Amino acid sequence: MGRLENKVAFITGAARGQGRSHAVRLAQEGADIIAVDICQQIASVPYPMSTEADLTETVRLVEEEDRRIVARKADVRDADGLRTALDAGVAELGRLDIVVANAGISGFAAATDITSQAWDDVIAVNQTGVWNTCQVALGHLTAHGDGGSIIITSSAAGLHAFANLAHYASSKHGVVGLMRVLAVELGPQKIRVNSIHPTQVNTPMLMNDEIYPLFCPDVENPGPDDLAPVSQSMHTLPVPWVEPVDISNAIVFLASEEGRYITGVPLAVDAGADLIA
Amino acid sequence: MAGRVEGKVAFVTGAGRGQGRSHAVRLAEEGADIIAVDICAPVESVTYGMATEADLSETASLVEALDHRVVTAVADVRDFDRVRSVMEEGRAELGGLDIVVANAGIASYAAGHEITEAAWDEMINIDLKGVWHTIKAAVPHLLEQGSGSIVICASAAGVIGPPGLAHYVAAKHGAIGLMRSFANELSPSMIRVNAVCPTQVDSPMIMNDEIYRMFRPDLESPGRDDIVDVSTNMNLIPVPWVEPRDVSNAVLFLASDEARYITGTALPVDAGIVTKVVLG
Repeated sequence: MGRLENKVAFITGAARGQGRSHAVRLAQEGADIIAVDICQQIASVPYPMSTEADLTETVRLVEEEDRRIVARKADVRDADGLRTALDAGVAELGRLDIVVANAGISGFAAATDITSQAWDDVIAVNQTGVWNTCQVALGHLTAHGDGGSIIITSSAAGLHAFANLAHYASSKHGVVGLMRVLAVELGPQKIRVNSIHPTQVNTPMLMNDEIYPLFCPDVENPGPDDLAPVSQSMHTLPVPWVEPVDISNAIVFLASEEGRYITGVPLAVDAGADLIA
Repeated sequence: MAGRVEGKVAFVTGAGRGQGRSHAVRLAEEGADIIAVDICAPVESVTYGMATEADLSETASLVEALDHRVVTAVADVRDFDRVRSVMEEGRAELGGLDIVVANAGIASYAAGHEITEAAWDEMINIDLKGVWHTIKAAVPHLLEQGSGSIVICASAAGVIGPPGLAHYVAAKHGAIGLMRSFANELSPSMIRVNAVCPTQVDSPMIMNDEIYRMFRPDLESPGRDDIVDVSTNMNLIPVPWVEPRDVSNAVLFLASDEARYITGTALPVDAGIVTKVVLG
């Protein structure tokens, strides 16, 4: 019997990267999945975003684990669209127990150079989108009275001060505040709320030709091998990045009965970045 | 199906009963063999009964019932040479050492300015220096094999400052500092160091007359039921305390490869008490 047997989890940004990994890992532990993703590009985002084909592949992988999945194209900035997608998922799967507010975008520029559009988009997706995700889920989470678990994907940048990420860091710090308030408000209903703070994760959001030069400005046509030492220098453990499954494993722990009394916690999965940042 | 710490060897202090016993059992449930140590003797400043050798034998029986090997030893974490020798013997017998759970600890209570010299020293020597001794003994072994996971059993009182136990608070805060410094030192060798920070746990350390009277000075002979409401009101999740197994689940997660890139973390298992007290 899995650690999340017969629970239902709502995961945003589930088409690829961390979100897909969470969908598969939670399904491996017995959960059914409601998966949403924007599946399209936001103009101000410097790297290629997910596609509908990506979301279809997530569906296939979850079904390979013999669990059910309801997948919808939805933008976390659109509360009504998000609510419609979640309601359809709950109608089909019967309940909601777990929320993984994972959808997020990134960008990289000196504070003087961040455009108004880039700022607005990052805040809208990473902060307001997380708020929308939690808000549309609350009614479903409290409906059965069994409690539940909300996990918000923040970042090491949500705890520390990394240059060239003013908008990203603001949004990732901001959701920590949201996490704490929700932990206070929802505790009486046995709903735990925690945030997770990854360092660099080996996903398409990081591993692309638009992002490598941002970490390696002095290298011509940099690739993963150039990124690795730069990324590793931010850690105490001698690893360049973590894998999506490392984030997923922490989410399984927080979402399961094993984490039934853990709430209000910002959990860093960051190879020790917390120790030196 | 392989357990989450399959084939590992775990050294657990304070394993005679309570949380330590629970950690030993939980890790064995997930595939580990255990070196279980406890002082098995009274401590001057402690008013509740401490574990006995019979308790430690019972812990061993519970581990063996799970078809895992266990080595027990009576050891006082204030005695470094003793800790080192029982660890070496246990490691030799079980064939390795992978996980260290520095759980042994005491609690005693007094207004900060009324704590006696002796009570202060006992607290710091067991709850802080004892943790250092445990890690100090383990590090050479873990460095030799190039891997390992150390979990320090700190407390919510290592993050917040409740009144009436300043020496305990100081020791537990110190233990978290110790955790961070060791995490920095040992990271290059892929040895992780983390801490768990429980709130009140349903164990003999908490469930005793001294605690009942502290929480309910208005009652003549308070018992466990009398402190349920006052305990529950301290937390965000409406429970009065957590079970030893809840702390063990956090220890297990941090000890396992699921947390292979988590180090330097102080993880509350606290029904939200830290958030409520510090931030609420």
